[in-house]
Amino acid sequence: MCLLKIENLHAGVEGTEILTGLDLTVKVGEVHAIMGPNGSGKSTLAQVLAGRADYEVTAGSITYRGEDLLELAPEIRAREGIFLAFQYPVEIPGVSNVYFLKAALNAIRKHRGQEEIDAMDFLAYVKSKMEIVKMEEELLHRPVNEGFSGGEKKRNEIFHMEVLDPTLAVLDETDSGLDIDALKIVAEGVNSMRSPERGFIIITHYQRLLNFIVPDVVHVMVGGRIVETGGKELALELEAKGYGGHTRAAEAAAEAAMPASG
Amino acid sequence: MALATPKKAATTPAANTDAYTRGFARLAGELASGGSPRLQALRQAAIERFAELGFPTTRQEAWRFTNVAPIARTPLTVATDAPSVTAADIERYHYADCTQMVLVNGRLAPEHTRLLGLPEGVVVSSLAEAWQSHPQLVEEHLCRYAKFDDHAFVALNTALHADGVFIYVPKGVVVETPINLILVGAPQDEPLAFFPRLLFVTEESSQVTIFEQHVTVGEGTYFTCPVLEIVAGANTTIDHYKLQRETLAAFHMSTLQVKQHRDSNFSSHCLSWGGLIVRNDVNTTLDGENCTAILNGLYMVEGKQLVDNHMRVEHNMPNCYSHELYKGILEGKSRGVFTGLIYVKKDAQKTDAVQANRNLLLSNEALCNSQPQLEILADDVRCTHGSTVGQLDKLAIFYLRSRGIGEEAARSLLTYAFAADIVTRVKLPQVRRDLEEFLFRRLPKGEIVRQAV
Ligand SMILES: Nc1ncnc2c1ncn2[C@@H]1O[C@H](COP(=O)(O)OP(=O)(O)O)[C@@H](O)[C@H]1O
Ligand SMILES: [Mg+2]
Repeated sequence: MCLLKIENLHAGVEGTEILTGLDLTVKVGEVHAIMGPNGSGKSTLAQVLAGRADYEVTAGSITYRGEDLLELAPEIRAREGIFLAFQYPVEIPGVSNVYFLKAALNAIRKHRGQEEIDAMDFLAYVKSKMEIVKMEEELLHRPVNEGFSGGEKKRNEIFHMEVLDPTLAVLDETDSGLDIDALKIVAEGVNSMRSPERGFIIITHYQRLLNFIVPDVVHVMVGGRIVETGGKELALELEAKGYGGHTRAAEAAAEAAMPASG
Repeated sequence: MALATPKKAATTPAANTDAYTRGFARLAGELASGGSPRLQALRQAAIERFAELGFPTTRQEAWRFTNVAPIARTPLTVATDAPSVTAADIERYHYADCTQMVLVNGRLAPEHTRLLGLPEGVVVSSLAEAWQSHPQLVEEHLCRYAKFDDHAFVALNTALHADGVFIYVPKGVVVETPINLILVGAPQDEPLAFFPRLLFVTEESSQVTIFEQHVTVGEGTYFTCPVLEIVAGANTTIDHYKLQRETLAAFHMSTLQVKQHRDSNFSSHCLSWGGLIVRNDVNTTLDGENCTAILNGLYMVEGKQLVDNHMRVEHNMPNCYSHELYKGILEGKSRGVFTGLIYVKKDAQKTDAVQANRNLLLSNEALCNSQPQLEILADDVRCTHGSTVGQLDKLAIFYLRSRGIGEEAARSLLTYAFAADIVTRVKLPQVRRDLEEFLFRRLPKGEIVRQAV
């Protein structure tokens, strides 16, 4: 079954187009990796999926489980099962990590017609998830991401994902800047959640993560669109050759698309 | 250029002071019946001074952003007696396990007094009673610290205060049960003005916690103009919490004047969310070595409310520490004003003074004027000050929403978080709970905030 279908997506900020006609289809149970050079629009895609209003969608469509995703507010998307692990997780002073998660989980449960989780059950639930990402208890009670190290922030994103139990998880460079131990923890988090009902979009800059999370499909994104799609061996190929060829091809395509100027 | 037309009176015409001089005449009998010759002379001097000063105008530096013309314009009458309020009227301001004293329109309502386990020698009484029972003490301290030469509202209070509260803690005594003062404004058919006078005197090595709640019972306009003088004896610990929670029809012009002796620890928490035009003058003089003054404040206003916190911390002696943090949340067309002066006298070396004012604007029409000021005459000091005005962080709102939290709840959560460091500084659980409840009730989707913090 089709979980996510993006067709001819154009999006950008104030007259600058960043996504330039992007197509992507994710079926349930699949793990897709998106790789691409800096500035190719990967984070923009992730943020548009989560519903960030700063990006304007000028053309194209996103269908999530048969629904028009672009019609939904960010919180509704989250409650419908979309989760974004931010490339740069946001610090929220004064809001406790664990209580915030409880409020988020309850908002999601309410949306799904489930009862609010009671405090004891929640604590037990959270503890089990913390073990997966080897989160220190102390980080539960600190304000969200405040004073967390880079690695702690990324692990916290995975922890949120574990707790909120999404249907489609988008990870935006969650592996960047991690040492090998932290990287393995992130990968274990994802692998433990892989299931026939769930889909993943793993945005990464480095092939290394894909040694631990074996993707079903690998895409190359350049200049705001997917320029090549293949199996997991594509990642290794990119590792060996770089994005050079793709970048030149994308530039040529962009030039060809430009109206001739006198 | 055309001839300058006379400006529309930004000054208050003398007519506006008449109501108060008339009130003074009407109260003359009552005011003369208590107190001392010194106080009588002071009252006379103060009403004359007020007649000269008139209401402050926005041309005066200290009142630049706070226009009190609406108070001057209101046809107010000086209250000559007080209606009674029932226990039910004030029940929600009652704190368990506290000594309690209630003033209604500036006069003691003795039926609500509750004295709980006060140690020997401690006095909690009305000011009128204290003139009878402890005349020397009152004479020694009352109207000695809050100066009226330059301050119309202190002048009014000095001249016109009919009653108030006197608290005295003798040497070495620790008052374990907090003292809860409920100052009720009870509006009547005609708008009233009243002038509660409070005096707290603490002797060496004593300790006490005092709540001062300003509340409204009923509906209608009134003007309350309280003055509180606190004498913090050597080595004392005094925690003062002021909750200004009146209705939006109240005018509130208050002065807190603290005199700190050596090694004293004074903390003040000034929480303002009621009233239409509110001014809190908070002044402390650090007149001995090794004093600590902690001045925290939180104001949250909406609609057309104006709240002005006007602080002056005077470091007169070496090795003292002062820390001020005032935070404001402004909604609607409200206005927040903060002026804070840290003054460091020439000999006050090793002064350590911090002052910060942070404001959160929740609407485009809310306005804030913040002016932290330093005046430092000593050369070996550590003084910092700063002020900020900002809005909710859009990215933080998006982050919360992306986890399933609704937009309103996300905004409320971040607003609460902004206030949280003042909330957590409120050590007394009764007050903390009140403040939290206020925030949960006031913030949209407050129930979600309650869950999430
Ligand atoms: N909010 C924004 N405002 C202006 N330019 C932006 C914004 N977000 C992204 N861009 C630009 O769009 C391009 C793609 O950015 P991004 O999506 O972050 O790429 P990637 O994640 O692949 O590195 C970059 O040139 C970046 O500068
Ligand atoms: Mg990126």
